[in-house]
Amino acid sequence: MFGNLTLSALPHEPIVVGAAFFMGVVALSVIGALFYFKKWKWLWTEWLTSVDHKKIGVMYIILAFVMLLRGFSDAAMMRLQQVLSVGDSVGFLPPEHYDQIFTAHGVIMIFFVAMPLMFGLINLAVPLQIGARDVAYPFLNSLSLWLTVAGAMLVNLSLVVGEFAATGWLAYPPLSGILYSPGVGVDYYIWALQIAGAGSLISGINFFVTILMMRCPGMTLMRMPVFVWTVFSSMALVIISFPILTATLGMLSLDRLIGMHFFTSDFGGNAMMYVNLIWAWGHPEVYILVLPAFGIFSEVVAAFSQKKLFGYTTMIWATVAITFFSFVVWVHHFFTMGAGANVNAFFGIMTMIIAIPTGVKVFNWLFTMFRGRIIFASPMLWTIGFIVTFTLGGMTGVLLAVPAADFQLHNSLFLIAHFHNTIIGGVVFGYFAGLTYWFPKIFGFKLNERLGKVAFWHWIVGFFVTFVPLYILGLMGMTRRLSHIDAGTGWDPLLYVAGAGAFIIGIGVVLQILQVVVSIRDRKENMDTTGDPWGGRTLEWSTSSPPPFYNFAIIPTVHGRHPFWDMKYGTGAKPEKLYYEDIHMPKNTAMGLYIASASFLLGFGLIWHIWWLATTGLLGVVALLMIRSFDYDTEYRVSAEEIAKIEAARN
Amino acid sequence: MSTEILAHHKEHHRSTPKSLFGFWVYIMSDALLFASIFATYAVLRNNTYGGPSAGELFSMPFVLTETLILLASSFTYGLASLYAHHHNSKRKVLAWLLVTFLLGALFLGMEISEFTKLVSEGNGWQRSGFLSAFFTLVGTHGLHVTAGLVWMGGLIIQVLYRGITEATMSKISVLGLFWHFLDIVWIFIFTFVYLIGAI
Repeated sequence: MFGNLTLSALPHEPIVVGAAFFMGVVALSVIGALFYFKKWKWLWTEWLTSVDHKKIGVMYIILAFVMLLRGFSDAAMMRLQQVLSVGDSVGFLPPEHYDQIFTAHGVIMIFFVAMPLMFGLINLAVPLQIGARDVAYPFLNSLSLWLTVAGAMLVNLSLVVGEFAATGWLAYPPLSGILYSPGVGVDYYIWALQIAGAGSLISGINFFVTILMMRCPGMTLMRMPVFVWTVFSSMALVIISFPILTATLGMLSLDRLIGMHFFTSDFGGNAMMYVNLIWAWGHPEVYILVLPAFGIFSEVVAAFSQKKLFGYTTMIWATVAITFFSFVVWVHHFFTMGAGANVNAFFGIMTMIIAIPTGVKVFNWLFTMFRGRIIFASPMLWTIGFIVTFTLGGMTGVLLAVPAADFQLHNSLFLIAHFHNTIIGGVVFGYFAGLTYWFPKIFGFKLNERLGKVAFWHWIVGFFVTFVPLYILGLMGMTRRLSHIDAGTGWDPLLYVAGAGAFIIGIGVVLQILQVVVSIRDRKENMDTTGDPWGGRTLEWSTSSPPPFYNFAIIPTVHGRHPFWDMKYGTGAKPEKLYYEDIHMPKNTAMGLYIASASFLLGFGLIWHIWWLATTGLLGVVALLMIRSFDYDTEYRVSAEEIAKIEAARN
Repeated sequence: MSTEILAHHKEHHRSTPKSLFGFWVYIMSDALLFASIFATYAVLRNNTYGGPSAGELFSMPFVLTETLILLASSFTYGLASLYAHHHNSKRKVLAWLLVTFLLGALFLGMEISEFTKLVSEGNGWQRSGFLSAFFTLVGTHGLHVTAGLVWMGGLIIQVLYRGITEATMSKISVLGLFWHFLDIVWIFIFTFVYLIGAI
């Protein structure tokens, strides 16, 4: 009846029980609050079933922050374990639990923090920046969100029911094969990523088409804001690389479920093929995350230097070059596998070449700041912090790209320090800058600047205190993923420093939560009544904050790269039509939520071999898609009079 | 009133290429899914682990028949699209969709019977890396055909009740893209798995 699922799957370790209990309390109090304040209907009609890109964006960001707390707890536990587990002491985490934690940390941070944060910001900004009323496929947008949520929920459920993978975030076979990982952990990993990955692929297609086909009149490709360009490139990477992930994880699960031999050690399987395939997705994935961050920095640096961006054209071509090169470097993740000197040399050189377009970008940002009247608001602090941090991370990357050096540094803490250097310094700082920058557009009030700045300083100081010791430890020979450190290695003092650094970042996270709370409390003082709080140049600032559900009452017509600047300072770029027209908007639908729920059941059934549940889930997905395709009534009309009324009330 | 109709018309005019273009992009990504599995097959092709190789397993006349049936189904689908786009003839569209459906089902039946035969002879997917890759590559195509058939079933019902409208026509074009795409993928499978395997 319940497949492999028995009561023994429930947690008994105190830490896990505690975490499960905490999650239960949080979930119950949210549900209780919804009943108490009678907000269910509001939640359902205004949010859960919404297909409005702005609301979907906000929900993505909420998901990302919930998961960030979990991913960060994992990080804190790892740092604490390495501090406490030296010599005779064994720390507080048994090895099998520690292994799950470092796996969950990587998986959560990449798939369920960085990706939702990215899609959240894309949802908030891209349609507004291109002067569109929504995305190309609003329903699929909602489906993508809920598929991502379903994947995240599977990861969270693994904490309570069963276990998570203990294989590292990319689950290399043969370790992740059924022989060495007989439990459900790897299956949780596979199905969480398959479901969330389907969501990412659909989103990728959605925004790719949105950017190509929904731009307002006059916005040619070379007039698009840089953020839109970077998102466009990133979505192209999603479309090209995610199918590889789907195929790879599919094959791994066929190995595990029905005894195939893709990656097994016998019967003619080839585990090295998995490593190639997963990195053919995995390397583009890091550029998927960092390109939109580059776009955000380009917007922020121009706005807060009060100048237009230096080198728009080179910025675009650098982005395109990075997009291309990101597909020809994947072997640098496993120089040590033995592909041969010539192959390694090729991929090493390609990797170093990526530093050139990235360098072009760094100089463009610096020259934008040069002779600008820089306003040191918190988005700008994140940007400057990024330029310093990311440049360092990039340089250690070039160092790692030398195959001979990599043979020493492979899988050492030097590598860990390097990629955190680029991901925290690049991706995380970028998304935080973007959040602070676009927050007033979406909510109508600015975030508290004082707390934002203090949080920034904690993050950047905490970052260096944590990861500089890891660079040194890597050079000293400490490998990654150690749950215990032998006395006499001399590593422990630096690990204490790294632990302290993680604590400082932790304070930064708490300050950010506080920042949101305080900003909501004091929102009256920080209202953005103009719609243009930072002196922007692009179209999102031309509508009110928050924008009406249709974004623009009259679709703007664009004559240059800085359409809103032209509107403000009058170079004749007034809206051409001065009367309202009826518009069609997509109707809300719960179908995305339903389909994702059925996918969740499908995943859960496959993880625990509960075949009837898996079948129900699969049939559910098919039936729901069918019902949706029979629905021809998916749009409604907003009349010109209604728009006139809404616009009059807003002014 | 006239602007209303104009706006309405414009909206619909724009929505058709949007869904078609989006589906093209999806097809590109699906092609990469197949490319990954093809690459895997190429790597594992000779990893027979003492089991049978491609040349010993497949019956070419059988596979050729399968191929011709699938190619024929693409042709009949083309006829259905032509009748939808140029003649607006609901009856003929339905008839050709039905023929396509039957040909697709026949193809799928033959593939299942080939799989059953292989498994019953002890040459299932557990036998070797090569057979795992074979079953996955051909099976993924088969799964796509299955999805296409379910989709076609839904489309037939919609055309039956709604006739040939702009909306159903757009759906016919989109499924057409998918169906012809599966044909192209099959030609690659036929070449790389069966023909090269037979050499």
